[in-house]
Amino acid sequence: MPRDFKLLRSQIASLLASRIPDPSTWRTPKRGERVPTGNFETDSLTGGLPRGAITEICGPSGSGRTSLMLSALALRTAEGEACAFIDAHNAFDPYSAEATGVELSQLLWVRCASIDQAFRATDLVLHAGGFGLVALDLGDFPPETVCSLPLYVWFRFRRAVEHTPTIFLVLEQEPHAKSCASLVVQMETGSAQWLEATQNHEEISGDPGVRLFRGSRLMSKVLRSRAR
Amino acid sequence: MSTELLLPGAAMSFASIFVPDFMLQAVVRSAPGIGIRAMVLVDAASPLRPVICLNQQAATRGIKPGITKSEVEQFGGIGILQRSRPQERIAHAALLDLAWSISPRVEDTAPDNIVLDLAGLASLFGSDEKIIHRLAEGAERLGLETQIAAACNIEAAILASRAFPGITVIPEGEEAAIIGKAPVTALLFSAAGATVSRQNGETAGAAHDLTGLLETLKRWGVHTCASFAALPVLELSERLGQEGVRLHKLARGGAVRALIPAQPAGHFEEEMELEDAVAEMEPLSILLGQLLERMCSRIAARSLAAGGIDLRLQLRPSFEDGRITAGHPFAQTTDPGEGEASDIFQLALRLPAPMSDPSTLLKLLVLRLQSAPPPAPVVKIMLAADAVRPRTSQGDLFSAICPDPEKVELTVARLASLVGDANIGSPELLDTHRPEGFRMCRFDPISVSRDSCRPARSSLGGRIQREQKGHARAPRSPSHGLEKDVQSALRVFRPAPAARVEIRNGYPVQIAFSGFRGRVIAASGPWRSSGDWWTEDSYAKDEWDLEIQSSSKTKSGKQQGVYRVCYDCAKKGWYVWGTFD
Repeated sequence: MPRDFKLLRSQIASLLASRIPDPSTWRTPKRGERVPTGNFETDSLTGGLPRGAITEICGPSGSGRTSLMLSALALRTAEGEACAFIDAHNAFDPYSAEATGVELSQLLWVRCASIDQAFRATDLVLHAGGFGLVALDLGDFPPETVCSLPLYVWFRFRRAVEHTPTIFLVLEQEPHAKSCASLVVQMETGSAQWLEATQNHEEISGDPGVRLFRGSRLMSKVLRSRAR
Repeated sequence: MSTELLLPGAAMSFASIFVPDFMLQAVVRSAPGIGIRAMVLVDAASPLRPVICLNQQAATRGIKPGITKSEVEQFGGIGILQRSRPQERIAHAALLDLAWSISPRVEDTAPDNIVLDLAGLASLFGSDEKIIHRLAEGAERLGLETQIAAACNIEAAILASRAFPGITVIPEGEEAAIIGKAPVTALLFSAAGATVSRQNGETAGAAHDLTGLLETLKRWGVHTCASFAALPVLELSERLGQEGVRLHKLARGGAVRALIPAQPAGHFEEEMELEDAVAEMEPLSILLGQLLERMCSRIAARSLAAGGIDLRLQLRPSFEDGRITAGHPFAQTTDPGEGEASDIFQLALRLPAPMSDPSTLLKLLVLRLQSAPPPAPVVKIMLAADAVRPRTSQGDLFSAICPDPEKVELTVARLASLVGDANIGSPELLDTHRPEGFRMCRFDPISVSRDSCRPARSSLGGRIQREQKGHARAPRSPSHGLEKDVQSALRVFRPAPAARVEIRNGYPVQIAFSGFRGRVIAASGPWRSSGDWWTEDSYAKDEWDLEIQSSSKTKSGKQQGVYRVCYDCAKKGWYVWGTFD
């Protein structure tokens, strides 16, 4: 009987081959387009940000989440794409964004007063379509606040962006979208880089004020990636 | 001077559109729900309020022009409307737009009458009959009942449209025969370009001077154009002068003149007066939809699109409502010119791209109204639009991802109703060192081709561009210099929490704010800035970039981060501006 069954299956599959692909054969999932974040280390780890999917950037405050997100925004706006930034905690600094290279005229900044408002605004923006990158900043909300939101919200967001060229970037302290996210990047706090000022090529020592803050080194690792 | 190419031997053809009882139709058109019933129009400016226009149903009830409003009320069941000159102006403009949608050469003959040049339109719209039917359908959509006639000369077309109901097409050479059947009243009023009422022999408006001539013709037994044309010209000129000769030529269908083209205007207006004030948003949106539908069809007929919409709502005047509207951002009190002040609620909708879809425009208007509703019931709706050429764009495989301007506008309006107008837009940096020196601008993304020569943006590039534009703002602090793997974006605390800072040898060593306490392990500063000292709102601050290690331990060890801390020289206090992330 098993032999007949195999024969029957192969006969049906060969008959329908031109119309329906054989469900029993393994098909390599189609890999969507990915775009760089602008950070070499993160790009080499993740392969870039996937279009038509949810990407979560997680990490504690000071880990470089905002810098990575602004870097991605800068690249997208430089390409002429319209981007949206849903600011749940009203923490966006336009000067930092401009210094990173974000074309501010291509950026829609939505300043929200609550997390509920932020999710409603995100839903409106995602369903409007046409944006190259939509960033939702939940970075200042404690994980338990974001956890209290129902999981179907993330499914709804995933449905809204899939099969579209939109990159949906969520910035938060811990990952919450679970299986809805195609890529989850964990940022870790790097050491602050200080530039000691010199005068006549001699370093001034003992004066803690004569130094410049250059930034923090970005350190990231991939928690989940569908394509890798 | 016509620029159209006319084939040799091609016959000239004109169409005349006449709106009977124009004054009444103009008012009925803007008053929803009146339906077909006996109606009269009274002149509110006159103390006795005489009837100046009436429809066929009212005429069959025995009402005549000139009787007073109180006399009409005795009949019972007669709708009494007041004359509205703005409505007449709008109805006339709508009629002109209809004509321009067919022909570029249109003559504005009279408020109730326009003439179109149909020469050369056959290849576009077909025969003259087809064009006339198209015009009739268009007029019906505008809410106007019309009489249309086509002829080889203008005067014959005008006379036929005024004399015969429905559609009349006069073949070439048969002008005299067809016009001959027209009543002499139509001839006189056609010559004067005046409005004729339903009652033969009665006059209105500018046609009042013709009453004497009409009486004379009646005494002669002349009732039709044919009988007038049969009179000898010489004797007619002896009795009626040159005017008589001109009328004689018109009655024979032999008067020929050139068309005087009118110049199309780019401004469109529609308004609706309501019998009962509307206080709810839903019925108001339905009425707005009707007006927008009408306006957009007019705009689209001219192959244009609305560049912006101005909505004005006249509110029901009352003491309490007036008191409420006094503080409303969109309200203003105006005197409409009839002696009594009324509240006008204004709303200007500026569009990023020209639009002609009434449903999109309605959604935008309703969203704006929902965020700032009119403070009193609405008694009159006035819409105005400036029309511009529609946006033409061709899809490009290599163009960047950019939402449609219509969708952007709609989404932004929805977001604005959610988060407030002030909290949405594109940030624009101002030429100042003041904290929060930016403003929110309208989000107006530009779709550019990926392979176009867009300048590569970088921190330095952006700064150079800004300096070239005249912005003298220097980098706020050296910390904005970016390298590939070293980033420093600031997350701003709004409002900035106050901090207690311990200073030793001029440098901060300990800091405490919002329940957080830490030791400063590295500091950069002070970066001093001040300005606007000539205003009351001056600022002076010292900025520090502080690397702080918290005193308390968390799960992941001691918390450490770089913060921007400011000393406000005016308030004599420390504030934490934000943290680098």
